[in-house]
Amino acid sequence: MKPEEKVLIIEANRTGMLYLRDFWNYRELFFTLAWRDIVVRYKQTIVGILWTILRPLATMVIFTVVFGKIAKLPSDAGVPYVLMVFGGMLPWQFISGTITMGSDTLVGNRGLISKVYFPRIIIPTARTIMSLVELLINAFLFVLLFIWYRYMPNWHVVFLPVFLLMAVLLALGVTYFISSLNVKYRDFQYVVPFIVQLGLYISPIGFSSAVVPEKWRLLYACNPVVGIIDGIRWCLFDSPLMMESVIAAAVISVAFFLLGIWFFRKTESEFADFI
Amino acid sequence: MSDIAVKVENLGKKYVIGHCEEEYACFNEYLTGIGKNILRRLKNPLKPYDVSLELEDFWAVRNVSFELKKGDRLGIIGHNGSGKSTTLKMLSRITTPTEGRITMCGRIASLLEVGTGFHPELTGRENIYLNGSILGMTRAEIRAKFDEIVEFSGVERFLDTPVKRFSSGMYVRLAFAVAAHLNPEILVVDEVLSVGDVEFQKKCLGKMQDISSDNGRTILFVSHNMGAIQTLCNKGLVLEQGKVIYCGEIGEAVRHYIESRKMAANQPLAERSRKSWVDGRIRFTRCVLKNCEGEEVFSVPLGAKAVFEVDFDSQEDMDGDIQLSLSFYNSSNVRLATLSTRNLSMMTRIRKGSNQIRFIVPRMPLYPDLFSVCLYAEKDNSGMAHITDAATFQTTAGSFYIPSSFSNPYKSLVAIDYAIEMVQ
Repeated sequence: MKPEEKVLIIEANRTGMLYLRDFWNYRELFFTLAWRDIVVRYKQTIVGILWTILRPLATMVIFTVVFGKIAKLPSDAGVPYVLMVFGGMLPWQFISGTITMGSDTLVGNRGLISKVYFPRIIIPTARTIMSLVELLINAFLFVLLFIWYRYMPNWHVVFLPVFLLMAVLLALGVTYFISSLNVKYRDFQYVVPFIVQLGLYISPIGFSSAVVPEKWRLLYACNPVVGIIDGIRWCLFDSPLMMESVIAAAVISVAFFLLGIWFFRKTESEFADFI
Repeated sequence: MSDIAVKVENLGKKYVIGHCEEEYACFNEYLTGIGKNILRRLKNPLKPYDVSLELEDFWAVRNVSFELKKGDRLGIIGHNGSGKSTTLKMLSRITTPTEGRITMCGRIASLLEVGTGFHPELTGRENIYLNGSILGMTRAEIRAKFDEIVEFSGVERFLDTPVKRFSSGMYVRLAFAVAAHLNPEILVVDEVLSVGDVEFQKKCLGKMQDISSDNGRTILFVSHNMGAIQTLCNKGLVLEQGKVIYCGEIGEAVRHYIESRKMAANQPLAERSRKSWVDGRIRFTRCVLKNCEGEEVFSVPLGAKAVFEVDFDSQEDMDGDIQLSLSFYNSSNVRLATLSTRNLSMMTRIRKGSNQIRFIVPRMPLYPDLFSVCLYAEKDNSGMAHITDAATFQTTAGSFYIPSSFSNPYKSLVAIDYAIEMVQ
């Protein structure tokens, strides 16, 4: 008999006890699913992984032309408009991409959910890895742009991981909520594009937060994406940063993440019955 | 505790079936549902809100208990909808039980479907890794067994082709090859053997036998194929409408199952509900099997005469293009033969009121198994009546070819008339 003989007890309303250990036991599946999502994404495309950099590049050009050249919005002091847009573009594409693709992952993997057991939270979380990989590729492109414009960020850059973590937590939290709601109510697949589109207008992606009128600032800061993007711009370009928006972003991100996990856990046991 | 592998106590799963739009609604319907309830309460504030009006509890499985020692191989038997799959789903943790408790010792793998998680865009090689880790193998294990898996599947040449270009046979073979190399202490298997061609099924069954002969491996196996169950398993669990009607030695379990089938077939035909696609101008009322002496029987020997007597009521006089037929399904639910008036180009005339028709099989050609009879009537290509499981009967050992000798070494399903000539 093997010493690590496992005893598993399945009971009504008793799924929660060993969740973290379970997740750890299934880490290989987690990486395999992440790998699958990345590999499958650009199968049967001609330029393949290049799409990852083509999309933000094209969006950046459009935004720079529309906001910077046509609308003539000001950039942050001393920063090329292109760089500023790219600094907002990358975190936004990460967050919106994770939410868009993560929200229908459970339904998309219903074959797995109804036939095999594993901690379900693996599925939407593995999707995040894909977005993270894309973010990394684009970050590399970003570095090239910095070199092209001969722009050097100051010491604030060490805080960059903090804001990236906030972006990850926020994206995961929202994804957990929407993906589990989507199992029972498919309505949410129609809601997500609206959220993403709205987010694009109310977040400082194509413009600088400095153009937002003073009286709207507080309301504007309630959007957690504002704090994250402004934070990242502060790290890279030393742009002005509103403390309120950073605090709001931190609190909302962590809250979304924790509540998202809690909600996911609560509904998870019913997935196979409803999907 | 150490020699017990699986222990199930009072397992139950309840589903709530909505008679209104309450369950599985879209969010909007959910909201209107709330609205309606509020309105109802406003209209009738004193009357207690009766939940049972809208929702009905349905116990898919209830009070199921059993215990398996290490090395036991349990066959779970039951009709469609008897709760077999729900039980397996709870055992493999896909759904949680509503009540009760399952204790399992050892590594568990469940195989409810071959090829779970196969991605059409990925190549055969990639899918082996993907499917393997979905079934609970580690990457190291898959790597170690990779060559064996490929060899078993016989698709070496297409290993780097996306599986969406595979033929369905290749697809299933590859999928089963991965599953067959799972190495858990407890294996839960649903009716996965019913896929693929006969040759492949035999290979799977052989593999399953290899796995189960390795002692200390505990297997839970669901199948409609009594033959497979009897060769693979040493214990049987018979479920009916979510309840255990027998649990114990496999031969006894199969007998209990056959008994329960007989009982089910005893429900008067006239009281069965009509299928929606038939018009009901004809109603079958009775179907019995008689032997050569004209006695009503449940079993006939191979090679003996069998007469199926079918009574039916008709609402009108009919003639013309009428077909009356009777088909045999074996325990794996394969339709083996259809006896039809059309095959014999018979002109059938039906009188208003009660009629009787007899299907005569001079020498029963079906090898021993349990069969169910399906009755069908149509006129001008539109169905008038259709009853599945109209009767159940079994065939026993008998002689079809040479008097008083019975053997079936090749596990054939039917015996046919033939002659052999040596041509020099």
